[in-house]
Amino acid sequence: MPVKNKLLKSTMGDKVFYALNYIFLGLMTLIILYPIYFIIIAAISDPDAVLAGEVVLYPVRVTLSGFQKILERADVWRGYLNTIIYTVLTVVLSLIVTIPAGWALSRKTLLGKKFFMIYFIIPMFFGGGLIPFYNVMNSLHLVNNMWSVILPSILSVWNLFMTRTFFESSIPEGLVEAARIDGAGEWRIFTNLVIPLSKAILAVMALYYAVGQWNSYFNAMIFLQDENLYPLQLVLKEILIASESTTGGSGETILEQYRLANQIKYVSVIVSSAPVICLYPFVQKYFAQGVMIGSLKG
Amino acid sequence: MARQNSASAAVAVPKNGNTVGGGKWRRLRKSCPWLLMLLPAVLVVFLFNYLPIYGVLIAFQDFMPGDQIIGPYTRWVGFDNFIRFFTDVQFWPLMKNTFLLCILGFIIGFPLPIIIALSLNALKGKRTAKVIQTIFTAPHFISLVVMVGMLTLFFGRYGLVNNIIAGIGGDRVSYFLEEGAFRPMYILSSNWQDFGWSAIIYIAALSNVDPGLHEAAILDGASRFQRVIHVDLPAIMPMVSVMLIMSIGGLMGVGYEKALLMQTDGNLGVSELIATYVYKQGLTGVPDQAYATAIGLFNSVINVVLLIIANTTSKKFSENSLF
Repeated sequence: MPVKNKLLKSTMGDKVFYALNYIFLGLMTLIILYPIYFIIIAAISDPDAVLAGEVVLYPVRVTLSGFQKILERADVWRGYLNTIIYTVLTVVLSLIVTIPAGWALSRKTLLGKKFFMIYFIIPMFFGGGLIPFYNVMNSLHLVNNMWSVILPSILSVWNLFMTRTFFESSIPEGLVEAARIDGAGEWRIFTNLVIPLSKAILAVMALYYAVGQWNSYFNAMIFLQDENLYPLQLVLKEILIASESTTGGSGETILEQYRLANQIKYVSVIVSSAPVICLYPFVQKYFAQGVMIGSLKG
Repeated sequence: MARQNSASAAVAVPKNGNTVGGGKWRRLRKSCPWLLMLLPAVLVVFLFNYLPIYGVLIAFQDFMPGDQIIGPYTRWVGFDNFIRFFTDVQFWPLMKNTFLLCILGFIIGFPLPIIIALSLNALKGKRTAKVIQTIFTAPHFISLVVMVGMLTLFFGRYGLVNNIIAGIGGDRVSYFLEEGAFRPMYILSSNWQDFGWSAIIYIAALSNVDPGLHEAAILDGASRFQRVIHVDLPAIMPMVSVMLIMSIGGLMGVGYEKALLMQTDGNLGVSELIATYVYKQGLTGVPDQAYATAIGLFNSVINVVLLIIANTTSKKFSENSLF
């Protein structure tokens, strides 16, 4: 009787726990999804309805004029093109730099391994800061040059260590040894044996670097002056944020500006985030894999 | 017996020495391709990480743009630039703003992913958990510019909140011009973006928990909630302490790119952080590079000190440490 009682009691407690857990996660899901949902319904609603606060749960007087307006904006498309160029170059170069270096660092008999490890660890925790970085870029003649956005982004030490951990844990040493006995040189081993076995880490790294470059604005802001070189995020910054800091102006003209500007804002949020967000569910297992590879060595 | 030992040792020493000498040469030759593979990475880090560290020297100089860092005309001024910062009227507000923003962010941002991971892990349907996790992680990929843009669309003068207020007859207030709104907007939006992403690492750790532990706990009559507290939570504690050390180390280096985007004339009193001040002093207006570098150096030294303190403390109490 007491045993049965205990079991009964615990299942009641468990039921309450599961219910509360569902409610909690459901609420969090709503909190995540609503802002995204609102941006979408606001983008396809009549701007007047949005400004009047009528658009909260569903679109009002659906229109695609916002998308039409954004199609006409040359700066957005130039920014888009620039970002695509920068992202592709960053990914290609970063893989060329990160993957072989990660493999080399994973070799136990690498000469000076300890030195190189420390060499790469120090920048993770200490840096020169913004101004010396700017001065270095300046003396390398990279200011107002598209490479100023690309070159500093082609190696993240964090990613390098992740790559190294991947190689250490998932390329069997016996396989490498066997190839060596068969007479393969270290380069052959790397290109013909290691690379084909490393699709997972290649995908993870490509995605990490790509998303990082796609979303970054700060280097572009401090190094690029020529608007023709602006990446998408910098163009978006002008569209989305610049106007919020202005306090002055007469109410009427500002309202009129906002009527037009806000619609563009909703649409540009969608247009700029769509590639990443749409791709994301398909590649999320790679992102999660990356986090887990990184956590192996903590 | 002893003689035999020393004899074999005597034989072994030169032989050993030989193989070490030859081994070193062989090791270099064998390492050659690897060193070449490493070279580009070494070069990139040298250019973009180590050269700036060298450039930090200008913090101790009366430096004008265009000056050589070390040359015949270098004017060393010791700690003058630092003293100037410590006596700057901005010093205490900057310290306060930076610390408060980071600590308030930490108080919510550190436990939330742990709670989310435990909660997702306790879900019965694994498929549902996967779907929810995918949804939770998605906002991580929204860029800072778009995130701040979204904030203006919700809390700006013509954002959703104000549209509703105006719709029911109230007055529009831009929360971007209100000092009191800056920290909540900053912290809540950061958490909105990243709690799912930060939870992944704990979810991974939880998936490695031995099911036997749960079975034993069930036999002992533990409820699901008790199992969360006494089985799941201890299992991720090592990960929790590593993450704790890392976030304490990064406490003062946090998120200035976003703060910069959110700054307006109205909220500058709370949104000006050490790092945004460095940017403004060093790269905008009439730049004062030496001064800005000194402030930046001060900031990164605090970070390193915090990291070391966190690491040693954790080592002492839990045997978990980064290094």
